[in-house]
Amino acid sequence: MNEYTLKDKSVNFAFILPAFLIFAIFYLYPFFYSFILSFQRGDGIYLSKFIGLANFKEVILYDKAWWKSMYNAGFITFWALTFQNILAFTLALGVDKAIKTGKIYRVVFFILPVLSEIIIGLLMRELLISNPGILNQWLEKINLGFIAQDWLGKNSVLLTTALVHCWKGFGWAFIIFLAGLQTVPEQLYEASKIDGANPWQTFCNITLPLLMPVVSLVIVLTLLGTMQAFAMILALTRGAGGLTEVPVMRIYNHLRGSQVGLACAEGIVLGAMLVAVSFGMFNVSKWIRSRWGVLPR
Amino acid sequence: MYYRAKKIIFLVILHTLLLSVALSCVGPLFWMINASFKTEGEFRQDHGLKVASSLNWKNYKKAITEGKLGFYFLNSVFYTFVTVSLIVIVSSLAAFAFSRLNFPGKNIIFFMFLTAMMIPLPAGFVPVYILLNKLHLVNRTGYIMAMSNMGLSLSIYLLKTFFDQLPRDLEDAAKIDGCNKLQIWWNVGLPLVAPALAVVIIFNSLTVWNEFVLASLMFTDNSMMPLQVGLMDFYNQNIIQHTLLMASLAIAAVPIIMLYLRMQKQIIKGITAGAMVG
Repeated sequence: MNEYTLKDKSVNFAFILPAFLIFAIFYLYPFFYSFILSFQRGDGIYLSKFIGLANFKEVILYDKAWWKSMYNAGFITFWALTFQNILAFTLALGVDKAIKTGKIYRVVFFILPVLSEIIIGLLMRELLISNPGILNQWLEKINLGFIAQDWLGKNSVLLTTALVHCWKGFGWAFIIFLAGLQTVPEQLYEASKIDGANPWQTFCNITLPLLMPVVSLVIVLTLLGTMQAFAMILALTRGAGGLTEVPVMRIYNHLRGSQVGLACAEGIVLGAMLVAVSFGMFNVSKWIRSRWGVLPR
Repeated sequence: MYYRAKKIIFLVILHTLLLSVALSCVGPLFWMINASFKTEGEFRQDHGLKVASSLNWKNYKKAITEGKLGFYFLNSVFYTFVTVSLIVIVSSLAAFAFSRLNFPGKNIIFFMFLTAMMIPLPAGFVPVYILLNKLHLVNRTGYIMAMSNMGLSLSIYLLKTFFDQLPRDLEDAAKIDGCNKLQIWWNVGLPLVAPALAVVIIFNSLTVWNEFVLASLMFTDNSMMPLQVGLMDFYNQNIIQHTLLMASLAIAAVPIIMLYLRMQKQIIKGITAGAMVG
């Protein structure tokens, strides 16, 4: 059994061959191919012409709409990072500690992340669109009519999109936070109680530092997910004439419009920025963990 | 006394927050189901805010037959089933090999899979679409193959960590009994990593079922559209028939919600595990 023959090698390799083939064809090849395409103009299938770095120049230097779409995605990401995650964290804390009915909440909060982005987007569009304006009528019924507005109109559409995104996403962050909270050993809470710590001190000195890995994980995943959000926004607003256009929507539309090189260049720019940011976040969280004296996961 | 009052106030605030958030989650869904049972005339009067007087299935019938939603639904079931089966077989074979077998280039290939999980490709669908065009695979086969790559790295990683924890004694016993490697994988390996397989199945099923971008690029022909693309198409064609649209959304959402409620424990576990790995 110990001799490791050529036959063994090839039999063993056959186990990963299917996975490797799929990976090579649908990940590795497209990965490098998108760099090649980004130097070209044309639809990529029938005609393509080498034009050097012109696409990148266009995207980075001249294309104001691209940076507007980056701003839009950044705006939504800001809301997702702050509002969505703080809400999710608060809810997770509440469900973890004080509540016997926590299980029901866990089930209810996670319904929305399970549903598809298209369903959520279309459903909210029906609720928010000014004719017939369902949400506005609800608000009037509960005497909050002053909030009522044209939700998908020019002035509020971006904020609405961000809020709907948070609404769909908070359950996911909630579940991850809750899973993290439940790994905090009960003895630590008891020990801090015996030491006379009030709840706030317990939170700052036990819960939060122990949860730092989970928090940084959620931050990175929220960032990556929201900057690449697309289908929900397409279903909800159709881009609203550029007002809620996000980077992936531009890439998608350029591909449909046979501007494949431009689409690839945009994808590379966005991808590189995301890699840089998540790498930075990774180092920051490592620093925080060593600073707070918490062992890595 | 003071302490108790404070605690009660705290609990009231907490419950109000939790309840209102929970209501905001299910409210729109109930509204959707309620409105789907109304006629367009009723809807124009009460906007679906009054409970439907009777279960009027007309919208559903119309959406399923004329709108072809039933057809799209079956398409989605097909894509999800085939893709996930493919992922399960391919990834468990690979994970087994990475964990147990030796072959040249093992570490570097595994490292490649790991790296792929960490590099986001926001425009990954562009070269994939071009490639499928060039290979004349803009059809069901091409879509399934491209989709099976999406969850592959994660599944391999997850299953490998499970295979790594298994004791080797069982395999040795199987080997002595005359099993070859493939039989060991099937008879010993797979049953023992069943919990991880469940996670892989759930995680990938949701991804494939909810995928929109690539499907919408590839399937302009109605007969091949999965549900998400079909929904979008249906919406654009019936944009003023609100109750019909609600029925179509309910057709897409309710089966998933039912399935979720039945399997919520596993689904939540699956998603958490998937996220923690990534």
